[in-house]
Amino acid sequence: MAKKRSPTKKALKPLGPEPDLSADCAGIKSPNPFWLASAPPTNSGPQIMRAFDYGWGGAVWKTLGEDPPVVNVTSRYGAIDLGGQKIAGFNNIELITDRPLADNLKEMAEVKKRYPKHAVVASLMVPCERKNWHDIVKRVEDTGCDGLELNFGCPHGMSERGMGAAVGQVPQYIQMVTEYVKEVARTPVLVKLTPNITDVRFAARAAKAGGGDGVSLINTINSVMGVDLDTLVPKFSVGGYGAHGGYCGPAVKPIALNMISQIATDPETRGLPISGIGGVSDWKDAVEFMLLGSNNVQVCTAVMHYGFRIVEDMRAGLVNWMRLQGFTKLDDFVGKTAPRIVDWKYLNLHHKTVAKIDASKCIECDLCHVACQDTAHQCIVRPVDMGAKGPKSRLPTVIEEDCVGCNLCSLVCPVENCITMEAVPTGHAPLTWETYTKNGFKGYKEVYKRYHEPAKAGK
Amino acid sequence: MIQSRDVAKSKTPSKTIADFPGLREMTPPMRPEEARVESQRCLTCFDAPCIGACPTHIDVPRFIRQIGTTDPLGAAVTILEANPLGHSCARVCPVEALCEGSCVYHGWHEKPIQIARLQRYATDHIHAGGWQAFTPGKETGKKAALVGAGPAGLSAASYLRRLGVAVTLFEAKPKPGGLNTYGIAEYKLNGPTSLDETAMVLDLGADIRFGVRVGKDLPFERLTKEFDAVFLGVGLGAGHALGVPGEHLPGVYEALALIERIKCHDFASLPPGETTVCIGAGNTAVDVVTQLKRLGTPKVVMAYRRAPEDMSAYPYEYELAKGDAVEFLWHVAPVAVLGKKRVEGVRFQKMAQKGGKLSPVKGSEFDVPCDRVVKAIGQAARGDTLRKLSGLALDEKGRVKVDAATLKTSHAKVWAGGDAINGGKEVVNAAADGKRAALAIYRAVTGKEPGAEHAYWISTIEGRLHGKKALAY
Repeated sequence: MAKKRSPTKKALKPLGPEPDLSADCAGIKSPNPFWLASAPPTNSGPQIMRAFDYGWGGAVWKTLGEDPPVVNVTSRYGAIDLGGQKIAGFNNIELITDRPLADNLKEMAEVKKRYPKHAVVASLMVPCERKNWHDIVKRVEDTGCDGLELNFGCPHGMSERGMGAAVGQVPQYIQMVTEYVKEVARTPVLVKLTPNITDVRFAARAAKAGGGDGVSLINTINSVMGVDLDTLVPKFSVGGYGAHGGYCGPAVKPIALNMISQIATDPETRGLPISGIGGVSDWKDAVEFMLLGSNNVQVCTAVMHYGFRIVEDMRAGLVNWMRLQGFTKLDDFVGKTAPRIVDWKYLNLHHKTVAKIDASKCIECDLCHVACQDTAHQCIVRPVDMGAKGPKSRLPTVIEEDCVGCNLCSLVCPVENCITMEAVPTGHAPLTWETYTKNGFKGYKEVYKRYHEPAKAGK
Repeated sequence: MIQSRDVAKSKTPSKTIADFPGLREMTPPMRPEEARVESQRCLTCFDAPCIGACPTHIDVPRFIRQIGTTDPLGAAVTILEANPLGHSCARVCPVEALCEGSCVYHGWHEKPIQIARLQRYATDHIHAGGWQAFTPGKETGKKAALVGAGPAGLSAASYLRRLGVAVTLFEAKPKPGGLNTYGIAEYKLNGPTSLDETAMVLDLGADIRFGVRVGKDLPFERLTKEFDAVFLGVGLGAGHALGVPGEHLPGVYEALALIERIKCHDFASLPPGETTVCIGAGNTAVDVVTQLKRLGTPKVVMAYRRAPEDMSAYPYEYELAKGDAVEFLWHVAPVAVLGKKRVEGVRFQKMAQKGGKLSPVKGSEFDVPCDRVVKAIGQAARGDTLRKLSGLALDEKGRVKVDAATLKTSHAKVWAGGDAINGGKEVVNAAADGKRAALAIYRAVTGKEPGAEHAYWISTIEGRLHGKKALAY
């Protein structure tokens, strides 16, 4: 006989203690891994203090330069909306801080005094001369800040003046300026890298060779946001003219993840601390960055969209995910997935997946059918296409022998878990391209149909 | 300050539409933000069921995508290519039973895409901008007479003009649009909206004669003699009679005649009165009772012989009537309209219903006092008039018999469409008929196939489904 359920009691599992979120990136410590990136949200002390009150673990101050401060233009940001999503991509042509250095330093010291446990990092950008860098490093470190970030990334405006991305695009300059800084710096130095290069590994190696304690990336990507089709003027414009700006936001995340995993897996830079930047919008993004090798993350676009409050859900999401995974500290998972990003030649050619459609979930929108039919491998059919006299059903079916497991159908399907890609055991020993070519192109067993009979004429 | 009754009366202007907020267009237009969000919900199904569910086969996912890419003008053209009456259909179509009812979101237990409101967003845009999407075709030298300037005739006129066939519309009323202008609830579709739409069609160079009743003022034979083709879009005729004593008393109205007064804003002839009894439970009956409520009639009773689930009005129409606090009498049939000089009430008899069978319950008569009775029990086909055209075969109900593929009648030079052949369906059915007939007429009178520039709209006659063959257009 089944045990009678108590009307008042039920065995519940405790959520368990909160994991330790404290982060350490190149020796810069913060109560959690969520930092504000050097950008408009960190333009002033009051903003940063408000952010810390919401729960941000650290902030990289809006880049400091030499006096007299720069002048900015009005009209500074542009965005791309994708579908219903506002600001899928964001772009700016704002320069570094336009406030006097002394004002920033005074506020920085004040923030550090009031928030001793939070990470306050000074982002710096001055001309590529030893003296200029020595001067600013000394003045900035007097505020008690926790670290320095060398801005070798900004692609707009400052790069025309030989700074920002103009430095980050030349590994020798990266190394040289990093060396200048390290000659006098007492706090850890992060070198912020630009993605506007062909191979980020060279830039990271140069940062390491120059003595940098870590790297932060990615800075923004060169971009032009579009054209206003009523006025034929660039979107957005300063009095009718536009300038290329820095692209960021959710759209750039995959580019950032690639560069981070490249640095995390490069034998020459493996273990170099990384502060991950590029489209981090929620806790899941942050976890992905950390799994691929970031010690913490920096956020800008998402707070510019929703405000500082989003750190509350980022923190909660991370805590709950760590609990469910059984992780007690960030080091339990930082970099855990990085080794799984390998060169293509190490992928198993004998692995086979095919699409499975769950007919009970299918709503018969037939997007998988048309995607496969027109643009993939013509292996999703519908009864209705079998001839005018056949059945009229629109329910798509996968011809598994013809499916190459490309994933396209599962990507276009709007219904969650309706199309799943399932591994099919082939019984063949793993074979990589490397081994296959070494063996003189022998040993590959066809796991999918590479060749189709050409259609007969007149059919 | 108290005014004397006479002064107050002389200063009170007659009521205008502005005095009846309940008659204003009920469904609000979409704001651009709303259209953007809603258009993004559309999955852009392949062989989308909504296309198949629309009798005119509007490419719904395509026009929604166009709205999503901020091209409402392009969206409107997509709609109007398939349906020149798309502006009114967006307001009057029973979309719950057609496109929106077929949306795959239902299979997901989600709200369907608001296709009608998106369609209206697009057609409102083209009308607000005052654009004409189409051009008349190169004149073929052939001419067609279209009898009736309602949805079927206007649809045929639009395509015939694009094909280069000269058209002359003969319309009994002083304004075009047929029931769109005269017979649909004001809060769904008002006169100016209907006339915007007809103006767009007539702008293609259609000649129109008002106040001409073909078969009465003008014999059919003149049309068949003087024109290369004749299209009958004559709709339906007089309302069915109740067949009870007293139905000719003053205060007894035919539903459409009453709606016409509202549509013409002839409020002086429509005092709200105290109680109106409407006999019948179709969609027209709902248009009557809801509008009378909105005109201020305190008590409106809808009486029907059968059960609520048997009423021919769509479920959402019934909901609308309930929302307007209309009262209902089920399982009753009128046996007499009471009154000496004018209507004073209706005597009903209860009906017993067993399955589909009705039988009167003896001794169950009861009276409902009222000052107005509206007959909304359907209209007869125009058999009497149409029989004057020799060689035109009608069915037993007086509807014109046609070939389903071409809508050609038994008469060598006559085609027909709309309510005249289906006995009373939707505007969208009439629009589809006009399109089908226009192509058939063009082929018959020219002996040619239309040029490639017509491939798109022609593909919408049968519906461009199953992705069998991409059209070259």
